[in-house]
Amino acid sequence: MHDSYRRGLRLGAPFSVVSFLLSASFGVVAVEAGLSPLQAVVMSAVVHAGSAQFAAVAIIGGGGGIVPSVAAASMANARFLAMGIALAPSLPGRAHHRGLQGQANVDPSWVLANNGDGTFDRRLLFGATTPQYAGWVLGTLTGALAGDLLGGTERFGLDAIFPTFFLALLLGELRRPASRPLAVVGAVVALALVPFTPAGVPVLAAAATALVGLAGLPPDPTTEEGETA
Amino acid sequence: MSQSTTFWVLIAAMAVTTALIKAAGPVVLGGRPLPARLNAVIVLMPAPLLAALVATSALADGPRLGVDAATVGVAVAAVLLWRRAPLVVCVLVAAALTALLRAAGVP
Repeated sequence: MHDSYRRGLRLGAPFSVVSFLLSASFGVVAVEAGLSPLQAVVMSAVVHAGSAQFAAVAIIGGGGGIVPSVAAASMANARFLAMGIALAPSLPGRAHHRGLQGQANVDPSWVLANNGDGTFDRRLLFGATTPQYAGWVLGTLTGALAGDLLGGTERFGLDAIFPTFFLALLLGELRRPASRPLAVVGAVVALALVPFTPAGVPVLAAAATALVGLAGLPPDPTTEEGETA
Repeated sequence: MSQSTTFWVLIAAMAVTTALIKAAGPVVLGGRPLPARLNAVIVLMPAPLLAALVATSALADGPRLGVDAATVGVAVAAVLLWRRAPLVVCVLVAAALTALLRAAGVP
């Protein structure tokens, strides 16, 4: 086993516990929305994208159709387009092989595998995603089967897990001074758009706005330092 | 179409779209270095992206903005994270505090 893959497994382990808890709350919500436990587990196994799954199930459970549900899921996933572009030069091989490797792209792994100089450690990415995927599928199974016993996920404060999870990743980034104003812009733009746009749009627009602003500035020397989360 | 069939179609459609979105960058742009300018931007991309995810998940419920018990739980977890407490501990504290506040009647 490659050292980077092993290191990824170790770094991904705490995130797999969080994945388990998050997907357990997804399992509960999915069954409440009318999916069978099998459907909830299959969705987690073949999609493995938390915000997209929550968005789609909320819409279909609320009486929306397949098209708006898939559209909301795609908007929630749109950040993976930008993240995939960043990842692209670090994935070797032919096109279909690179596309396959790109499937391992989930938020914590992408951050952990970021070398801080524009390159990514792909083996660390694969290693970090492996335990998270297992946690995601097992958590969904647990939530889908135990949902009747647990009742609502809000009663157990499970809705605090998702923001805490992303906050942990964000704090690592904020140790880089140039990231701090961008984080503020991102948060403000996203919150400003929430009342007016469908789910997923605020996050994508926030990242885009901050980066468009950045592109107009001279290169920042602090980006050369290099830092791994 | 029965409800069950509808859900299976949804799952299949989401699987395909998610895979395409995740594959797009690596398939189209992979195998060669990006221009230096784009590279400099990519290095700083996680901060606004993650800040937007945190802000919207902590402060928005659908299209409405507001503070609730979960916001407090996340804020306390933020302090613990900043002091480098382990992630799993922070997540459990956030959830437990939120649950306690809800039990005490906070929305």
